[in-house]
Amino acid sequence: MTETQWEKAAGNGLLNRRHLLQLGLTGLGAAGANAVFGQEAGSALQIPEWSRTPGENASAYGGASRFAGNLQRMAGTPDPIYPGGGSSRSPLQFLQGTITPNALHFERHHAGIPDIDPAGHMLVINGLVRQPLVFSYENLLKYRMVSRIYFLECSGNSGALLRGGNADGTAQSLHGLLSCAEWTGIPLSTLLDEASVLPEARWVAAVGADAASMGRSVPIEKALDDVLVALYQNGEPIRPGQGYPVRLFCPGWEGNISVKWLTQLKLMREPAQFRDETSKYTDTMPDRSSLQFTFPMGVKSLITSPSGQMNLPRPGIYQVTGVAWSGHGAIQRVEVSADGGNTWAEAEMQSEPGAKALARFTIPWEWSGGSAVLQSRATDSAGNVQPVRDEVLAARGTISFYHNNCIQSWGVDDGGAINNVYV
Amino acid sequence: MSTSRNAVTFGRILALLLLAGWVAPVGSQETRIQLGTPISEDQLSGFDLIAAPDGSGMPPGAGTARQGREVYELNCLRCHNVNGEGVSGNTVIAGGDMRSEESPLRTVGSFWPHASTLFDFIRRAMPADMPKTLTDEEAYQVTAYVLFLNGIIGEDQSINSETLTAIAMPNGNGFVDQSHLH
Repeated sequence: MTETQWEKAAGNGLLNRRHLLQLGLTGLGAAGANAVFGQEAGSALQIPEWSRTPGENASAYGGASRFAGNLQRMAGTPDPIYPGGGSSRSPLQFLQGTITPNALHFERHHAGIPDIDPAGHMLVINGLVRQPLVFSYENLLKYRMVSRIYFLECSGNSGALLRGGNADGTAQSLHGLLSCAEWTGIPLSTLLDEASVLPEARWVAAVGADAASMGRSVPIEKALDDVLVALYQNGEPIRPGQGYPVRLFCPGWEGNISVKWLTQLKLMREPAQFRDETSKYTDTMPDRSSLQFTFPMGVKSLITSPSGQMNLPRPGIYQVTGVAWSGHGAIQRVEVSADGGNTWAEAEMQSEPGAKALARFTIPWEWSGGSAVLQSRATDSAGNVQPVRDEVLAARGTISFYHNNCIQSWGVDDGGAINNVYV
Repeated sequence: MSTSRNAVTFGRILALLLLAGWVAPVGSQETRIQLGTPISEDQLSGFDLIAAPDGSGMPPGAGTARQGREVYELNCLRCHNVNGEGVSGNTVIAGGDMRSEESPLRTVGSFWPHASTLFDFIRRAMPADMPKTLTDEEAYQVTAYVLFLNGIIGEDQSINSETLTAIAMPNGNGFVDQSHLH
């Protein structure tokens, strides 16, 4: 089939999915078809060895296939003057679907991961309430719970790209402070109702039980809306790195406000003005004013494959795929460009996008062997459109690096090498 | 007996049980689980570490920079260095100017909008390798010393809950609240 018979969805090789399905094996597939399975070209297929011998017994705790690649988070180097401070990033370029496995969910800690025995853990509600209360973990487990799928993104994610300079890296190293899970817990409103919030309470100061007693202030409207006191993640008790035994979860908002190891909720008239909502997690603008309490994470998307540091082995057809999310609602549309934003084609969503959850998109692309710039651009249900980097820089400058939701550009050179580029 | 007679009979029995309060009607009233244990604010005086700009949560005690110098040298010097000069970007806690030509050095003095945050953070999180080891008195003293290093107070000015919250920080008007935009 010649190239002219294919329906182009946009410039530089983006294809219409329906026509691709009719092509069958072409491009990459055709080139490799005779070499796979470890069998001779043209020979009859054989029953493989593993179908001739009973396999391993059932196990107590499952692991990955030894052939599936050793998926790992990427953690920074420990800093002796910041004990326990740091992060680990999810290997986005190797994941599919929308749920991040718990062992690979990104982490950000301010004083390490506390080793909490839930029998000694307390959750206190005090301040502007009629009756201050303390809850045991055992009793929290008895409440009615709800389950919701939500993304979590550190507001410092992708920050290095705003500052510019050499930023060769992978989807993981540049954007890996992003994950998505099913969170199960008690609506915060249930516990606040039990303590009976006084009308003058406008903020809820949340504090964790880590060594930094990290705190953040949440507006009462959000606290009574969709915030969870989360106890389970993807079906199992929340892991220590995510806040065991209990964390706050503020859907769609910058990750830091979903306070882990939650031990105190104090109802207040004004924000507590914690260090991590004044000196940190605020954005200094070009005019030197600083934006504070910037909570929702902006609409954003990212091509995870092909992506930074990958190599396209040969010209042919590739499935471009990635994730999209918004703190303002559900993803409505993702467009993909292969020519640096000159032309765009709408990608297919792999599943129905949920509110404040990761959505996955995919679109076929034929790489001709020439240079290309792959980009994705998301639009959310509130009508927000992901900005290009220059728009973000014009609005925010480069003093701060939080809340960067700009379009990521992956440059493909004529040898197939892929790197971050600034377009 | 026909099936419909059975249903009617069952319905009458259920109605009687409901009237008698023996069966809870599902969905007609919410089951309220209330398992929080009442506690008094007095019981939380050593637990609630939130020291807010309005002075709430600030413990008794006071300290001066002159007193704080020694506490600082024992507990803070290793990371924050002489005169708060720091040993890396994040540990610089004095100096800086938000109006500088190049990207401004953001420190307690140049950037932090509230003096209360300094006491709050020292008490809950510092020193980073031994948090919560300072007494309230020492936390006030170190707070005073860091404010002194930034030229915000004098060396012998007493810092307590009232004097601390009365301080107008140099960048106190430098923040714009975005919380209404969610």
